[in-house]
Amino acid sequence: MKALVFLEHHGDALSRASLGVLAKAQSLGDATGVVLGSGVRAVAESAGGVVWVADDARLDAPLPQPRVDVLAQLVRDEGFDAVLFAQSVLAADVAAGLAARLDAGLNWDLVEVEERDGALVGTRPALGDTVYVETSWSSRPALAVFRSGTFDGDAAGGAEVRDIPVALEEHSTLVELVEQQAEEAASGPSIEDADVIVAAGRGLGGPEGFGAVEALARELGGAVAATRAVVDAGWYPYSTQVGQTGKTVSPKLYVAIGISGAVQHKVGMQRSGTIVAINKDPHAPIFDFADLGVVGDLNEIVPKLTELVRARRS
Amino acid sequence: MRIAVCVKAVPSAGSGARLDSASKRLDRSGDLGLSEYDTHAVEEALRLRGDDGEVVVVSLGPERAADALRKALAMGADRSVLVSDAGFEGADLVLTARALVGALERESPELVLFGQQSPDGNGACLWAAVAEKLRRPVVSQAAELAVEGGALRAKRQTEFGYETLRAPLPAVVAVSEAINEPRYPSLKGIMGAKSKPQEVLAAGDVGGAGDPVTTVLALTPPPARGESRRIEDDGNAAEAIVEFLAEKRLL
Ligand SMILES: Cc1cc2nc3c(=O)[nH]c(=O)nc-3n(C[C@H](O)[C@H](O)[C@H](O)COP(=O)(O)OP(=O)(O)OC[C@H]3O[C@@H](n4cnc5c(N)ncnc54)[C@H](O)[C@@H]3O)c2cc1C
Ligand SMILES: Nc1ncnc2c1ncn2[C@@H]1O[C@H](COP(=O)(O)O)[C@@H](O)[C@H]1O
Repeated sequence: MKALVFLEHHGDALSRASLGVLAKAQSLGDATGVVLGSGVRAVAESAGGVVWVADDARLDAPLPQPRVDVLAQLVRDEGFDAVLFAQSVLAADVAAGLAARLDAGLNWDLVEVEERDGALVGTRPALGDTVYVETSWSSRPALAVFRSGTFDGDAAGGAEVRDIPVALEEHSTLVELVEQQAEEAASGPSIEDADVIVAAGRGLGGPEGFGAVEALARELGGAVAATRAVVDAGWYPYSTQVGQTGKTVSPKLYVAIGISGAVQHKVGMQRSGTIVAINKDPHAPIFDFADLGVVGDLNEIVPKLTELVRARRS
Repeated sequence: MRIAVCVKAVPSAGSGARLDSASKRLDRSGDLGLSEYDTHAVEEALRLRGDDGEVVVVSLGPERAADALRKALAMGADRSVLVSDAGFEGADLVLTARALVGALERESPELVLFGQQSPDGNGACLWAAVAEKLRRPVVSQAAELAVEGGALRAKRQTEFGYETLRAPLPAVVAVSEAINEPRYPSLKGIMGAKSKPQEVLAAGDVGGAGDPVTTVLALTPPPARGESRRIEDDGNAAEAIVEFLAEKRLL
């Protein structure tokens, strides 16, 4: 199998998730990486093996459409059997755009891929991970996006860099990056080092709901975390967000309050020691991976729980 | 402004979505409802429509999906277009994009909106395929959106913090669920929706169907997970949680 792996970089480092996909692809056959950006030769060299590089100012902003143009040309020139991605906001949009350009099949959220009788077969958890689906492609190339955290790899270093041309379609150049805002500094205790995390989602109903959550976290000696839904809405700071576009945490105890348990949240907290979930919807996906699932109203349960923990402590 | 919103009818919450083991597809025989995620896109469209604009919801799905689309009409959308044809059954990403693009090209909207993700497919990427086939700029994950002077400005979250993006219209935008609080349809809205136009298109109307290029081979059970416990709050849930934590030596 001849595979191309989209290596995503941020600053001067390649993402460990995409390096993990490269290592996986190398174990299946002939795999090369591709790095697209501006001033990216050094970061491309930090990978191992052969890396295709498009180094162009028009690829500086992390936007999908110019990348689709370059990848489509590379695939046409080199004839890959597969193009593989590690999940990210950018990678998903690049992969889907490329699928449409090439009329190629795309499977996403894969946690495994193997070669069976000369064909690729991917494994994808579906419906809140309650069933696993084996899926294949009838197109060439086969396009795949792997779930965050499935494979992690390290930069081997010393890659042989091969330059590729950049020719962009008009519609691919219309989005402009106006501003990038890095993460603001965290105020409370950092969630990455906490043994106990009390996390809350949209079930809180509003930013004022965090008062009760903070009180419980204090009694449990833990830090407060949040879902993207409440962070994007401005209820709580981005530095506390857990999930695909936030932090990955693995505390001893993770208490999920009013959180549905979407896969993009799950990938950031599934390695927690013990997961306790409070949700009023008995069908919430979080109950499929919580160690203790409590069906009930958080407004009733959280204050009582805080009191009981306090009483026990003193 | 003329706005098209791509929305999906999905198995209703709690109806126990499952995969059909014979067809290996999602069993859509139960209740279908408008995806929650897509109500945010409908709300945003209504906000941006203006007095002389139009909001049309566009969907690919079984004929019964028309009922779910009526919820968008009850919220205030002007009409719906449903692509429904046996040729699109089991459509994958590219085939779905082709059907929607065929319907969108008949509308020539200035803005095409998407929801954040579908709860069943969960690809969170269909917009990029549609934008590519329409040859329009695309912005995904927009948590804030403004349109002014023939261009849009959006703020969104990625793995590295926030970005502000700008693009000229016509454009394709996928909105995050945090962008707004969708309205509930009013009684008047629900009554009014019954007389709004609901068009159904066949494959021939949208440039023809085709074969999917991805196939499901088999369904397998997920890996076994450790023991887990479930309780319903009967007034003593807090006590039960404390007991559980004590047992696990987490207090
Ligand atoms: C590319 C991409 C990246 C993403 N990255 C992230 C990420 O990093 N982190 C993340 O968290 N999400 C992320 N998401 C979003 C994710 O898919 C979900 O939409 C999000 O996690 C939902 O947040 P939530 O659980 O707070 O809200 P909801 O899904 O709205 O869930 C709220 C829950 O609260 C419950 N509830 C309501 N009221 C009560 C009550 N009184 N008592 C008890 N329970 C109650 C409801 O039953 C519901 O289950 C991402 C999505 C995409 C597409
Ligand atoms: N069958 C469909 N018909 C219309 N729009 C859809 C359909 N499936 C998905 N969408 C839209 O695409 C978004 C992302 O879906 P997905 O890529 O399946 O997660 C949804 O929020 C909808 O706006």
